[in-house]
Amino acid sequence: MSNTARKSIGYGVEMVAFRVGPQEFCVDIKAVREIRGWTPATTLPHAPHYILGVINLRGTVLPVVNLAARLGLPLEDPTPRHVIIVVQAEDQTFGLLVDAVSDILSISPELMQGAPDLAQDSAKAFVSSVIAMEERMIARIMPERMLPERLRLN
Amino acid sequence: MSALDEIRVVFFQECDDQLQELEDGLTAMEGGETDDDTVNRVFRAVHSIKGGAGAFDLHKLVKFAHTFETVLDEVRSHRLAADGTVMPVMLRSADHLRDLVAAGRDGGDGDQERSKELIVELEALIGGPKGGHSAADDDDEGDGGLSLADFEFTPIAMDWGAMGLGTGLGGGLGEDAAASEGEEDGPAIRISFRPRKDLYAKANEAAVLLREVAALGKATVRCDISDVPLLDAIDPEGAYLAFEVELDGENATEAKVREIFEFAEWDCDLEIKARGGSVPDFGAIGGDDAGGLSVADLLARLQGEIATEAPSESTDSAEGSPLPSLKPAPETSEPAKAEGKDDKDDKGKAGSKGEAEAPAVVIRVELHRVDKLIDLVGELVTTQTMLAQKVEEAGLPTGSEVVSSIEELDRLTRTLQDSVMAVRAQPVKSVFQRMPRLVRETASATGKKVNFVTHGENTEVDKTVVERLSDPLTHMIRNAIDHGLEKPDDRVAKGKPAEGTVTLSAAHRSGRIIIEISDDGGGINRPKVKQIAIDKGLIPADAVLSDEETDQLVMLPGFSTATTVSAISGRGVGMDVVKSSIEALGGRLSISSRPGLGSAFTMSLPLTLAVLEGMIVRVEEETLVIPLSTIVFTFRPQPGDVQYVGQGRTVHVRDQIVPLIDVGVALGYRKDPVDPLTSVAVLVDCDNNRRVALLVDDIRGQRQVVIKSLEKNYRPVHGISAATISGEGRVALIVDVEAIAGDRTLDNFIFGIDNVAAE
Repeated sequence: MSNTARKSIGYGVEMVAFRVGPQEFCVDIKAVREIRGWTPATTLPHAPHYILGVINLRGTVLPVVNLAARLGLPLEDPTPRHVIIVVQAEDQTFGLLVDAVSDILSISPELMQGAPDLAQDSAKAFVSSVIAMEERMIARIMPERMLPERLRLN
Repeated sequence: MSALDEIRVVFFQECDDQLQELEDGLTAMEGGETDDDTVNRVFRAVHSIKGGAGAFDLHKLVKFAHTFETVLDEVRSHRLAADGTVMPVMLRSADHLRDLVAAGRDGGDGDQERSKELIVELEALIGGPKGGHSAADDDDEGDGGLSLADFEFTPIAMDWGAMGLGTGLGGGLGEDAAASEGEEDGPAIRISFRPRKDLYAKANEAAVLLREVAALGKATVRCDISDVPLLDAIDPEGAYLAFEVELDGENATEAKVREIFEFAEWDCDLEIKARGGSVPDFGAIGGDDAGGLSVADLLARLQGEIATEAPSESTDSAEGSPLPSLKPAPETSEPAKAEGKDDKDDKGKAGSKGEAEAPAVVIRVELHRVDKLIDLVGELVTTQTMLAQKVEEAGLPTGSEVVSSIEELDRLTRTLQDSVMAVRAQPVKSVFQRMPRLVRETASATGKKVNFVTHGENTEVDKTVVERLSDPLTHMIRNAIDHGLEKPDDRVAKGKPAEGTVTLSAAHRSGRIIIEISDDGGGINRPKVKQIAIDKGLIPADAVLSDEETDQLVMLPGFSTATTVSAISGRGVGMDVVKSSIEALGGRLSISSRPGLGSAFTMSLPLTLAVLEGMIVRVEEETLVIPLSTIVFTFRPQPGDVQYVGQGRTVHVRDQIVPLIDVGVALGYRKDPVDPLTSVAVLVDCDNNRRVALLVDDIRGQRQVVIKSLEKNYRPVHGISAATISGEGRVALIVDVEAIAGDRTLDNFIFGIDNVAAE
């Protein structure tokens, strides 16, 4: 994160940008609680494939979503180089496993475009808008869609 | 939250206490304890609620409470006997008052029809409405502007002796003084001394001044407490007492008295009158004349407690002022101490908390603060364990300072954890006490006579457990009355008393709390239960069940013995829901029933939901925790013990054949079951005494773990009840034994393999 630079383009929404594979995503900074290094997670039984497991965040049991898996991107085994972005969406706190945090951006609303209509793409359900910036394309994700539905058992 | 809202919250909290007090008192009265103190206690409870409600403009509540209070006042003054006619109305009124308070809390008025009905009933007890018109007749519009001023408040007798304000009521001071004024041979000097707040603020002390006055001769001191407000209005730094002193003696000159009051006279209302200006030698005026408040009496009671500086018989002392914070002189604390002692002697009399029984000082703390503390202590325990592990890994010698410090730290953290847990401990009383009302309602709805008995209501459990006991208890007590007890006529026909008994008891047993609801009714009708289960397709028609198994059927989902849906049962909640809510608490429910003699439902619950004693096991690369309370023993399966029954494996252990479940497979950590001979089996007890052997790779030991919710940030996971943080700081999952063991019993295959095991 040492190369994290603050780039401001007018007034706008502050976003944390991060990479998953070659792609760039961002999430509203207000949803981000902290960013921490990778720790081995405890596997959860009967969990969807994109749930890496749970980790201990200072006494709180925190589920970690493998963002690549959630977005249907090629899966890479998590390594100590990975980073967990702790986000809060609605009343739940959880981690997003990403390759690296790249930027903190201030993005003015007019730079945000509706998500392109990509048929057959599982990422579509999680991307609210895309931001074209210089030669980068950053997709804004909706953290509240990341966890599986809170289905009641039985 | 605004200041007013906060006060409101406190008011409703206090209402809960008062309602409890009310219910306790009424229950005691019902049981024949109609002594003044019990009645006063009940009266005060209603009075306090009324007073507070008035401040929050809860007019309808005030109106009802007022009528209730009026009736109680009649009882209190022995004009109305608390007999079989009066008590039921009072109990119903108490129930209704609770409803009104609850309605007030939610911003409503409550059931006004019910209020009117009860007001009519209450007024009937005292021969019609007081003051010519019934409170029940008041139109709703009419009482819109009703204020407290519309009611004449009944003065309420407090046990001043217990409060340390002297004995009896001191209201008669003026008259007494006036009466003796006329007498020729009155005392040499009359002192009327009314301290103002400033007197105490300047560290003067009425008691000290009076003691000096008393040192001048024979003094009779009367304390006027007529200005003392009700407890809830008292300003702890206020001045409410006035003293009237009659002083006789050779040294008792006006000048000397003035000298004593020299530094105080600006801060009090003082009147010193010498009779005729002279100081004749009077016969002693006893300290006990006129039956007023004699401090000599008080002193006599306290004697032995007070090391009086001048222990002359004429040395009287006024008691301590109601200003504990401002008591400067050690002498003044002595009477207070002595009074405390006195209270104990009069304990039966001084029943009400907040007044007399001061020793247990209680603070109200918001629950989330305690929860935060528990979380932090949990963290501390984890960190401590981690540290201990690191030290152990470092291989330091056992006697070394680091190791012994770590051991000390371990002891401290455990003690701290226990103490913090104890903060949340609460007697089950709070939930037990809600039950008599339920019993009354259910009994009257079903036309049954019920004697409700409770035992062990002071048994303490974690607050979360207490809170969640209410629903299952409610249901089971309703059941016991509705389904358990027979109609009074049937009971008499069977040679039983017409009144059935339902007993609710709580006790600690081996680290758990056991709560039992038993009745002396007809017991479970087994043929009927079995038939219903067959009709509903819950068991095959040809199922052979033991008596115990038949009894367990009532806890199956979809089961109901009620042939008709009554107002009591048929709320869509069956015993299966009760059972699962108890299991959600980490508890177990068992039934025992004897035909014709009654049934008992026994819950066994953990004392806290925050920690759990667990066995740490390894399955594949995962560390899991199995609750120790479910474990019977662990063993290594021997060749020949393991057999197949269809698809399932069983293991023969201690003459029983029990299902063998590979935990790794059940939780999806591996596809193929491991070889039982290289693994460890943990025999666990499920509900209904069903036993299952859980196969794990290895056992790591056992320890107390802090339970963390998985649902909070994720969702429930089948087979896992919760999570915890292991010594290494990783998350370890806690196995839901029932769920894993229950997997086989899907598809209504309830007794399949167990029957094989039982036979």
